[in-house]
Amino acid sequence: MSVDANPQVAEPETVPAKAELSQWAIIRSHPSIIIGGILLGIMILVGVIGPLFTADPIALNPIKRLKPPQGEFLFGTDFLGRDVFARVVHGARISLVVGLAVSGIAVFIGLIVGMISGYIRVLDAIIMRIMDGLMSIPAILLAIALISLSGATLTTVVIAIVVPEVPRVVRLVRSVVLTVREEPYVEAAIAAGTKLPLILYRHILPNTIAPMIVQATYICGSAMLTESILGFLGAGIPPEIPSWGNIMAEGRTYFQLSPWIIFYPGIALAVTVLSVNILGDGLRDTLDPRIARKM
Amino acid sequence: MLGYVIRRVLATIPVMVIVAAFVFLMLRLSPGDPASVIAGDYATAEDIARIREQLGLNEPILVQFTKWIAGLAQGDLGTSIFTNLPVTTLIAQRIEPTIMLTLTTIIFTVLVAVPLGTIAAWKAGSWIDRAVMVFSVAGFSVPVFVLGYILIYVISIQLQWLPVQGYRSMFEHGVGPFLRHIIMPTVTLSVIFIALIARMTRASVMEVLQEDYVRTARAKGQSEMKVLLSHALRNAAVPIVTVIGIGIALLIGGVVVTESVYNIPGLGRLVLDAVLARDYPIIQGLILFFSFIYILINLVIDLSYTLFDPRIRY
Amino acid sequence: MAKKTQNQRPETVLEIKGLSVTLPEGADREFAIQDISFTVGKGEIVCVVGESGSGKSVTAHTVMGLIPRKDLTPVAGQALLNGEDLLVKSEAELRELRGERMAMIFQEPMTALNPVMKVGDQIGEMLEIHTSMSASERAARVLEVMADVNLPDPKKLFDTYPHQLSGGQRQRIMIAMALALEPGLLIADEPTTALDVTTQAQILDLIKDIQERHGTGVLFITHDFGVVAEIADHVVVMQHGLVVEQGPAAQILGKPSHPYTQMLISSVPSLVPPERPEREVRETALQVHDLDKTYDDGGFLKKGRQVKAAQGVELVIHRGETLGVVGESGSGKSTVARCIVRLIDPTGGEVMISGQNIAGLAENALRPYRRDVQIVFQDPYRSLNPRRTVGQSIVEGPMNFGLSHHEALERARELMRVVGLAPDALDRFPHQFSGGQRQRICIARALAMEPKVLIADEAVSALDVSVQAQVLQLLDDVRQRYDLAMLFITHDLRVAAQVCDRIMVMQNGVVVEQGLTSKVYANPSHSYTEALLGAAPGRNTEFAKLA
Repeated sequence: MSVDANPQVAEPETVPAKAELSQWAIIRSHPSIIIGGILLGIMILVGVIGPLFTADPIALNPIKRLKPPQGEFLFGTDFLGRDVFARVVHGARISLVVGLAVSGIAVFIGLIVGMISGYIRVLDAIIMRIMDGLMSIPAILLAIALISLSGATLTTVVIAIVVPEVPRVVRLVRSVVLTVREEPYVEAAIAAGTKLPLILYRHILPNTIAPMIVQATYICGSAMLTESILGFLGAGIPPEIPSWGNIMAEGRTYFQLSPWIIFYPGIALAVTVLSVNILGDGLRDTLDPRIARKM
Repeated sequence: MLGYVIRRVLATIPVMVIVAAFVFLMLRLSPGDPASVIAGDYATAEDIARIREQLGLNEPILVQFTKWIAGLAQGDLGTSIFTNLPVTTLIAQRIEPTIMLTLTTIIFTVLVAVPLGTIAAWKAGSWIDRAVMVFSVAGFSVPVFVLGYILIYVISIQLQWLPVQGYRSMFEHGVGPFLRHIIMPTVTLSVIFIALIARMTRASVMEVLQEDYVRTARAKGQSEMKVLLSHALRNAAVPIVTVIGIGIALLIGGVVVTESVYNIPGLGRLVLDAVLARDYPIIQGLILFFSFIYILINLVIDLSYTLFDPRIRY
Repeated sequence: MAKKTQNQRPETVLEIKGLSVTLPEGADREFAIQDISFTVGKGEIVCVVGESGSGKSVTAHTVMGLIPRKDLTPVAGQALLNGEDLLVKSEAELRELRGERMAMIFQEPMTALNPVMKVGDQIGEMLEIHTSMSASERAARVLEVMADVNLPDPKKLFDTYPHQLSGGQRQRIMIAMALALEPGLLIADEPTTALDVTTQAQILDLIKDIQERHGTGVLFITHDFGVVAEIADHVVVMQHGLVVEQGPAAQILGKPSHPYTQMLISSVPSLVPPERPEREVRETALQVHDLDKTYDDGGFLKKGRQVKAAQGVELVIHRGETLGVVGESGSGKSTVARCIVRLIDPTGGEVMISGQNIAGLAENALRPYRRDVQIVFQDPYRSLNPRRTVGQSIVEGPMNFGLSHHEALERARELMRVVGLAPDALDRFPHQFSGGQRQRICIARALAMEPKVLIADEAVSALDVSVQAQVLQLLDDVRQRYDLAMLFITHDLRVAAQVCDRIMVMQNGVVVEQGLTSKVYANPSHSYTEALLGAAPGRNTEFAKLA
C-alpha cells in the first residue's frame, strides 16, 4: 500500500457535535452571566448618565439635615443636608472607575511579570520570592501605608489597591505558562525554530486570556470593596469626593439616628460587587471549566 | 523529615527580608517628601525636620537600611513619633482583643464552612449546593462594615439582644461578658471567610470525588458517608488548610475594619488611630508585625501538610 | 493450561442478557452498548476486547453499578450475577454485593489507591465493610491475602503508602483487596495497560493463577490482543456498542469469522521482524556520541538526588534507515529523543547533525539546525494548538525559515495529500479531526520543515490498533519517499519489529544492546532484552492474517 494509492483514509471523521454550539447557546446555559451582566449594566448606566439627572451631590442644605428617606430625598439627607441619593449615584461612578482601573492595571502588569516568571528560569525564583513577600503583607494595611505616605488622591488609591493584587495575577499567569509550556504543541513550535516572543504570543498568551478575564472580574469586585473600606477608615479618596466609602464614613457618627446614610450606599456597593462576582462566576464556568473545578 | 522542617523554616527568611526591604523602600521611594506628608498640611518647617530626623531619613540610605534590619533582627519595630513608645509596647498593650477575635473567627468559620462545603460538594447541583454557592458569592460582595452595622442595627438597637459595641476581656470580666461582646464581631468577620473556605472546600471535595480511589472505595461497597469522610475529606485537607492560611491575610484586613465598627481596642484600632494621628512608624511597625505573623502561620500550615499527606516527607 | 472448548463451558457466574445502555443526550450515538449477551463461567477468563469507544468499559461498570444511572441508563436486558439481576437491585443491595460477590480492579493502580491511607488498611477496609471480624482478625487476613498475591514481606508492606510501592506492587495490592472476600466474579478493566511489559507478564500470570486456584470467574476488559492470547478462555469482540463476534479464544484468534475481528487481529503487528533487504551503508544523518543527561532535583539548601536519565548513549542513523529505541518507562528513551531535538539540554556528549555538534549550542546558533531534526509526539490531542487551524500549525515552521506564506501554504497542501488528508482540511481546527488524522497532520507538520531526521516518540502508542497500522505504514512510506533517517521510539516490541532496521534496547538510561532488528529478536545477547522479549504478551500465539 503506497501513500498515493490511498489519498483518503478509511477511518471515520469524528466531528464532535458539541463544538458547533453557538456562543449564544453557551451563554444561555449559564444564566449567571446574564443576571450579572444586566445588574452590572444597570449600575454602569447609573454611574455614567445618572449624575446628569440628580441634585447636586455637594450642595449643602443645613436646614434639611439628617432627613429620613421620603419625598424630595429618596435616600434622605446627611449631616450637612446633602442629598444622599445624589451622592450615591455619583459614588457609583467612582467605584466603577476604581474597579475597572485596578483590574485593568493589575492584569496588565501581572500578565507581563507572570509570563517572564513562567518562561525565564533565572528570574523566576527572584520574582516569585518578591511576590511571596508582597502577598504576605495584608492588602488593606499596605494600601493604608502607601496612601498615608503619598497623600490621598484617586490615583494613589488606585495604585495602592493595585499593588497587593498583582501577586495573585502573577501566580495565576505563571501557573498557566508552566502548564502550557510543557504541551507538545509548544515543543513542536520550539523544534520548528519559532522564536521565544512569537511562542509566547501565539501559543502561550491565548491560554491566559480566559482565566485572566475571570480573574479581572474578581479583582474588580474586590477593588471596589477595598476602596470603600479605605474611604470608610478615612484613609481613602479625599473626603470631599462622594465615594461610597466616604459617604458611609461620614454617616458613622449619626448611625443610631440616621442609619440610611450607611445603608443606601452599602446596598449600592453590595449590589455592584455582587453583579461583578456573579458575572465572574458565570464567565468562569463558561470559559474555563478546568479552573471552574478549582475555585 | 527534620530536613524538611529546617528547609521550610529557612525558606521563610528570604520572604521576611523581602517584606522588610519593601516596607523600608516604601517610605524612601514614595513620591514627594514623606516627612512633609506625614507632618500634615499645617506643619512648620521645624516639624518636618523633626519628623525627618526621627524617621532617620537624613542618613545615607545604606546606613539607614543596615540600622533598620539590625533593629528588626532584635525585635525593634520602630518608635511612635508622638508617644515616643516603642511600637512593640503598643502592640503588647493592644494585642489581646485582636487575638481573641481572630481565634473565635477561625474556629467559627471552620466549624461552619467545612461541613457546608463538603455537603455542597457531595450533593453537587442540589438546592443545598446552590444555597451554599449563593451564600458564598454574596459573602464576597457585602463589605464587612456594612454587615457590621446591619447586625448592630437589627440585633443591638432594634432587638436589644446584645451590646452595641466594645470589648470585655475574658480574663478580667469573665466568659459571659466576653462572649456577649465577641459574638457579633465574630459573625461579621466570619462571613467573608466562610464564603471563601466553603467555596474552596466544595471545590476540593468535588475534585477528590472524581478520583479513581473514590471509585475504588465505592467498588468495595463502602457507604457514601464513609467515602466522604475517610476518603474524600482526608484527601481534600491540604488545599482546604492552605486556603485557611492564605485567608489569614484577608482576615487581618477584616480585623481592622471590624474593630473599628465595634469599637474594639485592638491592633486594628491602633492602625486607625495611627492613620488619624499621622504616626507613620506605628503603621509601618504593624505592617511588619502582621506580615511576619502571616508568614509564620503559613509556615506552620506548610509543616502541617506532613500530617495530612504521607507523600510530603522530605 | 488447557483451553476449554465451547461445548463444555463451566457453571455460569455472570450472565449478560440482551443488555442495552443509553448514552446521555447529545452524545454521538444513542446507545453505549446495545443488546449484548455473553456469560462468564466459574473459573473462566472472558476477555471483552475492542477499540476505544466500543463500550467495553461501560459493560464492566454497568455490572458493578458504578456509573450513575442517570448518565448511562440500562434500558433493556439483564445482568445476572449467580442468577440475581443486578440492574433491579437498590443502591444498598448493590453495596452489599460489591466486594463480597464481585470485585473490580482498574487500569491505573496509582490513582485507584487512596494516596493518604496505608495499603494494609485499604485492604482491611474491605473486611471492615462486609464482615464483623475484629481488628486483629482483619490484620491476619490482610497479611494472608497479601501473601497470596505474592507480595514480598507483607508485614512490612502493610504499613506503606501507595507512592512507596512500584506499579506492579500496587496492582497486586488492588488484586489482594479484590480477593479479600473471595468473590465469585472479578472484573478487571485494562489492569495491565499502565504497566511495563515485564510487570504486565507477572500480573497476567497472577490473575491466571488466582483464577485457577480460587475458581474465580474473570471478566477481563482489554484492547490488546496480545493480552487476550495470554489469558483468555473465551473472547467477546465489541465494536460501537455491539458484540460482533464471540467464541473460544483459539477460534477467535486463529479463525475469526467477522470482518471486523479479522481486520483487528490482522492489524496486530507480528513479533517476528520481516525479512529486510540488506541496506547499503549510506551517509550519516545523525550521530550521537557519549550523550549524558543528569537531573538534579536538589534546590536551595537541599541535597539533590541525582537521576541519570541517560548515560553514555551512542547512536548513528544513516539516511533512509530506521533505528528503533525500545525500553520500559524510565529507560531514558524519550530523554535521548528530547536531547537530540534540544527540547532539553544534554548534560554532556555530542549530537552531530549536518557536521555540527548541537549539544551545547545556544538557542540562536542552534536555530538553523532545528529544521534538520523534527519530532512527532505521542499524544495526538495535545500536539496541535487547539486555537490555530491545521494550516497555521503546518506553515509556522517553514515561515520561520524564510518561506512566504503563499509558498508555505503550497507546501502544506502538497503534504496533506502525502499524508492522506484532503488539502482543504487546512482551514479546519484540530478538534474536527480524529486521533489518527491528527497524527497524520503532525507528520505533515514535521515534513514541512524538510528534515533529515524524523523522530517518532511513541507516535503510534495512543492509537487504536487498526489506526496504528495505517500510521505506521505512512511513516514507513514518507521515510522512503523523502529518504529520511528515522529514530523510532517505542515501548511496543511488536511495532518495533515491523518498522525498524536496527534496534537499540535501553534500560535505566543505558543502552544495553544494539543491532539488526532480526538478529536482536532472534538472538538477544543481553539478559534484559531476553526478558523483554520473553514478556511480550501473545508471543506464542499465531494471529490470523487477512487472506
